[in-house]
Amino acid sequence: MSGEGGGGQDWPLWEVFVRPRRGLNHSHVGSLHAPDAELALRNARDLYTRRQEGVSIWVVPASAITASSPDEKDAFFDPAGDKAYRHPTFYHVPEGVEHL
Amino acid sequence: MSERSERTDRHSSERSGVRSTRFEHVLQLGDDALVAAQRLSEWVSRAPELEEDMALANIALDELGQARLLLSYAAEIEGAGRTEDDLAYLRTDREFRNCQLVELPDSRSAGGGAPDFAVTIAKLLCFSAYQHLLYQRLSDCGDERLAAIARKAVKETAYHLDHATLWTLRLGDGTEESHRRVQAAVDEVWPYTHELFEADDRAEVDPASLRDAWLSTVEKVLAEATLTRPGDGWAPTGGRSGIHTEALSYLLGEMQSLHRAHPGATW
Repeated sequence: MSGEGGGGQDWPLWEVFVRPRRGLNHSHVGSLHAPDAELALRNARDLYTRRQEGVSIWVVPASAITASSPDEKDAFFDPAGDKAYRHPTFYHVPEGVEHL
Repeated sequence: MSERSERTDRHSSERSGVRSTRFEHVLQLGDDALVAAQRLSEWVSRAPELEEDMALANIALDELGQARLLLSYAAEIEGAGRTEDDLAYLRTDREFRNCQLVELPDSRSAGGGAPDFAVTIAKLLCFSAYQHLLYQRLSDCGDERLAAIARKAVKETAYHLDHATLWTLRLGDGTEESHRRVQAAVDEVWPYTHELFEADDRAEVDPASLRDAWLSTVEKVLAEATLTRPGDGWAPTGGRSGIHTEALSYLLGEMQSLHRAHPGATW
């Protein structure tokens, strides 16, 4: 089959999110090609959890993601720069609280 | 010879008979896994897609892991000072006990020798369904060491079967060309599946007792994939007693060449 058309160029791109362990969020780990969601999940298992990196996987069609544009960076993110009052720095975090 | 020593003699020869039977059975399992691993690994860097390349390599590595555990155990049972490496690298084709299914090349006889992904998937479907059932049954067999190996392998083979099933469905129910190729592949490997279920009442699990469950798994996948289940006719055999197709000799030639040229070489 190799060298006979290399059909996978039409396979859509999927973004992969892995939850490293219970209690943590799924994080984006990378992307891959697959013909459909079921195989994307299996490919993700083989590519991104070979070394026990996760306990749960999400795959999302890359085309379903709407991303902010680098051109809009200033308007999007700079206005938050001088609003220190949005940071909850006035609280004391009790000892032993994790994942804050 | 006194009566007593005659009895001891008979007793010890019975025991060595039992030992060589156990050695043969564990060797069969180990050789199945080893040859399947070597054949699958031929796709590394050549699979249709990078993602599939990784998937097949992972499956091959699972099989290789099983082969190492099983051949190490077989060598211990034999008690002749051989190691897993001696068994893998220093036996000739006639000494291998794998079924012929796993040694078959990944090409169709009408395909001019070019590897065909559909053949790989057809073989993997038949073989992983068999291995999965067998390891399930071995998981609680009387041989504790073998049961432990089987319990590890049963999860691995569940995934292999899942992978083969998903691809069989997609190829069978895909395009006209993919349907044609996977049907031809299933037709070609089907005769070799009979050997998997030859009765052996001295084995921990008699392979013949697995055939009905195997058929119901595989027939269901084939039906859902819109494929025709081939008829049962010609049933090539001999692997368990060292009779193989010529494909095994080439496979072993490649697998063993480094060890034979540089005995004892390590990384």
